[in-house]
Amino acid sequence: MITTSRKRRRTKNFVVLTIIILGALPMLFPFYWQITTSLKSPNQISQWPPTWFPWPLHFENYRELAEQVPLLNYLKNSVLIVSLVVIGTVSSCSFAAYAFARLNFPGRSFIFLTLVSAIIIPSFALLIPQFIIYQKIGWYDTFYPLIVPAFFGNAFYIFLLRQYFMGIPRAVEDAARIDGAGFLRTFLYIILPMSKPALVTVAVFTFVSTWNDFSGPLIFLTDDNKFTMPIGLIFFQGSPRSASQTHLLMAMSVLLAAPCVILYFIAQRAFMRGITLGGVNR
Amino acid sequence: MVALQAKKRKINLGKYFDFPRHTPLRARTREAIAGYIFVAPAIIGFVILVAVPIAASFTLSFTNFDMINTPKFIGTDNYQTMMHDPLFWQSLKVIAISAFVGLPLNLVLSLTLAVLLNHQVRSIAVWRTVYYLPTVVAPASIAVLWVWILNPEFGVINGALRAINIEGPNWLGDSHTALGSLIVVNLWAIGSNIIIYLAGLQGIPTELYEAAAVDGAWGWKSFRYITLPLLTPVIFFTLVLGLIYSWQWFSEPFVMTRGGPDNSTLTYLLYAYRNAFVYFKMGYALSLVWVMFAIVLILTIFVFRSSSRWVYYENQEGM
Repeated sequence: MITTSRKRRRTKNFVVLTIIILGALPMLFPFYWQITTSLKSPNQISQWPPTWFPWPLHFENYRELAEQVPLLNYLKNSVLIVSLVVIGTVSSCSFAAYAFARLNFPGRSFIFLTLVSAIIIPSFALLIPQFIIYQKIGWYDTFYPLIVPAFFGNAFYIFLLRQYFMGIPRAVEDAARIDGAGFLRTFLYIILPMSKPALVTVAVFTFVSTWNDFSGPLIFLTDDNKFTMPIGLIFFQGSPRSASQTHLLMAMSVLLAAPCVILYFIAQRAFMRGITLGGVNR
Repeated sequence: MVALQAKKRKINLGKYFDFPRHTPLRARTREAIAGYIFVAPAIIGFVILVAVPIAASFTLSFTNFDMINTPKFIGTDNYQTMMHDPLFWQSLKVIAISAFVGLPLNLVLSLTLAVLLNHQVRSIAVWRTVYYLPTVVAPASIAVLWVWILNPEFGVINGALRAINIEGPNWLGDSHTALGSLIVVNLWAIGSNIIIYLAGLQGIPTELYEAAAVDGAWGWKSFRYITLPLLTPVIFFTLVLGLIYSWQWFSEPFVMTRGGPDNSTLTYLLYAYRNAFVYFKMGYALSLVWVMFAIVLILTIFVFRSSSRWVYYENQEGM
């Protein structure tokens, strides 16, 4: 009796694992194809049967790409924007979240609900008036529209951090307050150090969504020198330069994908926490 | 509960710590002031970046605003034009198909994968990582990559089909297959729903399955009568989020097909984007967006209304 059920479970696990591995192939193969194509010579690309294991590896494709597009410029712009947005989002959201979690003031829940309910407004409805405002104040084709809003909070991350702050025992804070620490000091020296996991989660999600974002740069930037990596890639793909240059297109898409993939491998737990805390993504 | 805490604090302040400045009222005022200072950036941001734009975009949707001339109030003209605009209907059709086909596919597939990945098989953590991986990759990178994979001449899919003597279609270049291809490509980044379902599955107590197994329910039966009912709150959550986001589908169609061929992949937002930033018909674009918002809102309300019939809450006060 016991042996049959164990046998049955073993067969079941074997079947499950087989399906998982078969399903993982379409998840992984595109990455393999992307990377290997970026290391092929143009001749190898139009061959059939395809070169499954290109050798020698044409790393010079990446140098050639840097000659064709202002790659370093794009990278520099992306890094600058992403780092400022991460700093701005984490600091502004944690400030607001602390007040919503801990401080009593009239209208608190009304303000909080108003902020959070705006999440369902399609961002495109806001983008057009924002575009008009930025153009009026001379911010069009600058990085400001992409960076400055981050310093004024993001409803979703405020919601997420508030949840986390509310889980911290009040006693810890009361002790600090009794020792004479003000609200700011309690927040900076007690709450923030205790909330590292949540702050890291907000930081990695902000990093990924800002690095990957292309509708913002697409609408607010026109000068090729100011482009970020994603629209750099899209414009390269759309330009006649990229015709029969698939190896270079793949090289650039690898460079665009790599930072977030590496970050994901380093900070996997922060990602999982974020998704389960409130379905962050997209 | 709150009153009790407040009482406690008052006692603390008054009895044990003799700071004359800290009379209870004063402390409360100070706290309120601190609170407003802490939330001030978020409120300012909300007013400038959300509230004013919402009001402006709603007002401008009744004008002929084009970025150059001063906007003129034209009543509901934009909304009437829409009714006779074949591209409006086309884009509505495209997005409705992708939402009503793509979203159920996404939910069913991610739930199935989550159930599979919830088994304690060898190196399961690695497989979970693999299934989530495409989700972190930039949509622009995904799109460029899949254009290459789906390339009719040199793409790896049609190459493989040719090896077994099938001439594959021009996936993205044929109006019959383009939208379907995009929907399937979009399914590639299915990882976040898988993780949400996995978390839900892990919250179901194993005793329930053991008890059911004693009664002879396992396999499909235990899934149907234990897993599925207990997972309905999570399914509800993913359904609502999916509904809101699927109507805003933009990136893959924009990069991979530019809405073509023959507008067969012209999603709703892609058409609104074109009106706003290519033709600079801002007023018209905004009226398009508000119609979409109304549709999504009605659908969301409908899902919320229906939830009492199919969403199972273990303890009702948990809501």
